[in-house]
Amino acid sequence: MNASETPSPSRYKISKNPEGGTTLHIHGNMDAANAGQMIDELTALLSDYSLSSLTVDLEKVDYLDDFGTLVLAHLRKMVTNGGNGFYVINSSDKIKELLSILHFDSLDEKMSIEKKRSSGIFIRIGEATLQQISDLKYAISFIGSIILSLVHICLHPRSLRTDDTIRYMQRVGVDGLPIVALISFLMGLIMAFMSSVQLEQFGANIYVASLVSLSMTRELGPIMTAIIVAGRSGSAFAAEIGTMKISEEVDALFTMGFNPVMFLVVPKLVAAAFMVPILTLFSDLFAIMGGLLVGVFMLDLTAGAYMAQTIKTLELFDVFWGVLKGGIFGVLITWIGCFRGFQVRGGAASVGQATTSAVVSSIFLIILCDSMFSVILRYWG
Amino acid sequence: MGRKAIIRVKDLRAGYGKDIILDHVSFNVYEGEVFVILGGSGCGKSTLLKAMIGLIEPRAGKITIDGDEICVDDDATLQKILRKVGVLYQGAALFGSMTIAENVALPIREYTSLPKESVDALVRMKLGLVNLKGYENHLPSELSGGMKKRAGLARAMALNPKILFFDEPSAGLDPVTSVELDDLILYLNRSLGTTMVIVTHELQSIFAVAQRIIMLDRRAKGIIAEGNPKYLRKHSQNQFVKQFFNRQAEVKGVAGKGPQ
Ligand SMILES: Nc1ncnc2c1ncn2[C@@H]1O[C@H](COP(=O)(O)OP(=O)(O)O)[C@@H](O)[C@H]1O
Ligand SMILES: [Mg+2]
Repeated sequence: MNASETPSPSRYKISKNPEGGTTLHIHGNMDAANAGQMIDELTALLSDYSLSSLTVDLEKVDYLDDFGTLVLAHLRKMVTNGGNGFYVINSSDKIKELLSILHFDSLDEKMSIEKKRSSGIFIRIGEATLQQISDLKYAISFIGSIILSLVHICLHPRSLRTDDTIRYMQRVGVDGLPIVALISFLMGLIMAFMSSVQLEQFGANIYVASLVSLSMTRELGPIMTAIIVAGRSGSAFAAEIGTMKISEEVDALFTMGFNPVMFLVVPKLVAAAFMVPILTLFSDLFAIMGGLLVGVFMLDLTAGAYMAQTIKTLELFDVFWGVLKGGIFGVLITWIGCFRGFQVRGGAASVGQATTSAVVSSIFLIILCDSMFSVILRYWG
Repeated sequence: MGRKAIIRVKDLRAGYGKDIILDHVSFNVYEGEVFVILGGSGCGKSTLLKAMIGLIEPRAGKITIDGDEICVDDDATLQKILRKVGVLYQGAALFGSMTIAENVALPIREYTSLPKESVDALVRMKLGLVNLKGYENHLPSELSGGMKKRAGLARAMALNPKILFFDEPSAGLDPVTSVELDDLILYLNRSLGTTMVIVTHELQSIFAVAQRIIMLDRRAKGIIAEGNPKYLRKHSQNQFVKQFFNRQAEVKGVAGKGPQ
């Protein structure tokens, strides 16, 4: 055993057996803190030897855990003729027990963990299609259950959860008012400013008032409001319901005999359907104020003239039409937000996806609906 | 006692907002022992555990772990301490977007320089220890509650920490798995010398694993009994301790007076 000793990092001592085998003496602990380093060092150290057989002497090892076991497994793999020439000697009882509990003898049969093989492209396309179809089915049945719940509420108004509804009204409406007001005001300001550059050339400054008021009340007011509400509240609805879904709160509601749609969706829906129109009105108002500011301070119009022109331009129908659109957008946002929330499966990441997709789909649907309304109005109006 | 105290809690006061949940709590946990924290629900066991791992700041008193005092603001020391501990949370707290294997591999990848296949082998060993072989590629949401607990344990012990904290490990486990978990706790304690701090209610598991217990009480806001569970069962004079070990419901009238 002591034929030729090679100097090495102090932790290891290597000796050649007379029969041709190699013995490795290890000192110190073999634990999580130094397993990685040991593997590197031993790989470098033993690469010069042809290891037909390797004996590892653990006499001086005080502590060995599963990380140490890995080092041993690694050494075993380095022995050229498989596991046959690998021996562990002088190990304490503790270490023996550990090695047997960890099934050291059969350890490296299959070391690495393969990822689930992803299936072929056609299978995935097929699966995605089926998924889309079932999503669509679910979306439609979701609309169905919302309508049923609404009918139920109309027949039994007392079954509406009033407290929740009022809370959501506050969250959607009151809490959202400052940002809606600010953005609309700035929009009015910008629109007036940009249009004045053109209209001034014709001495048609007064039409700035018409332009701002008409475009805001009919189109931009409802759209801007709806986009802000989608970002603030649609996302919140999706996140709230999604989180309830993964923590089995929705299941709990169901088993307690509540209808989750009635309980969770209807209050939000009612709140949004009332508050988005009101926010739209505020949006119109603040935009006109923004325009007024530009008109008075940059275009030398009097406030009276500006307001008179605004009133002359606007018909009641325009305001009503914008508000109606706001209500429809509110319903749309709630529907998508809650729908995405109910679709959540699995964990936290899924809640994030639902939130994103609630906002993106809401904005898309808002614009789409608005275009459809314009067409309808053009041919009917 | 000649043994080295690895956790020292001295005059701890902890609470939330205006409420003080624990006050004047002092005890030691010695190196290599299995230490159990008992008490009725809502008495502050989880709160105590959270204070011991630096998740909440004590209102008063101090906690030292392996010689270093926990101070929520001293990040470097806290990191040093946290490397020595593993925690199994009440709800397992697995990361939902990662597979079980990735969950367990996360700390190993972060804190060691092992090559990828060694990490995989290690993850397999850990999962084998908690009886979850074959679930490497499952997502946490695809496992039952008890399996999640075991996976959480595999992750907590990924780096073989000196101290393992368990918050109600056997809640949600069937009796057989629960006994297996006890065996695993004892085995880790014996072979790796891991110190265990366990919050549990399971009488059987308390008698099987605990070397020393403390019992907390809500009204006393602190410890009402400390010692070996078998000894306490026989000799404790405290009404609540007796009730707990003999599985009696609280007798009306006695409840009002509270533990002495
Ligand atoms: N995050 C928190 N905020 C406020 N109070 C809390 C919080 N967590 C727990 N509590 C209160 O602290 C007390 C102890 O809780 P906890 O330590 O979780 O009890 P247990 O012993 O059942 O684990 C309870 O009365 C609980 O209401
Ligand atoms: Mg608790």
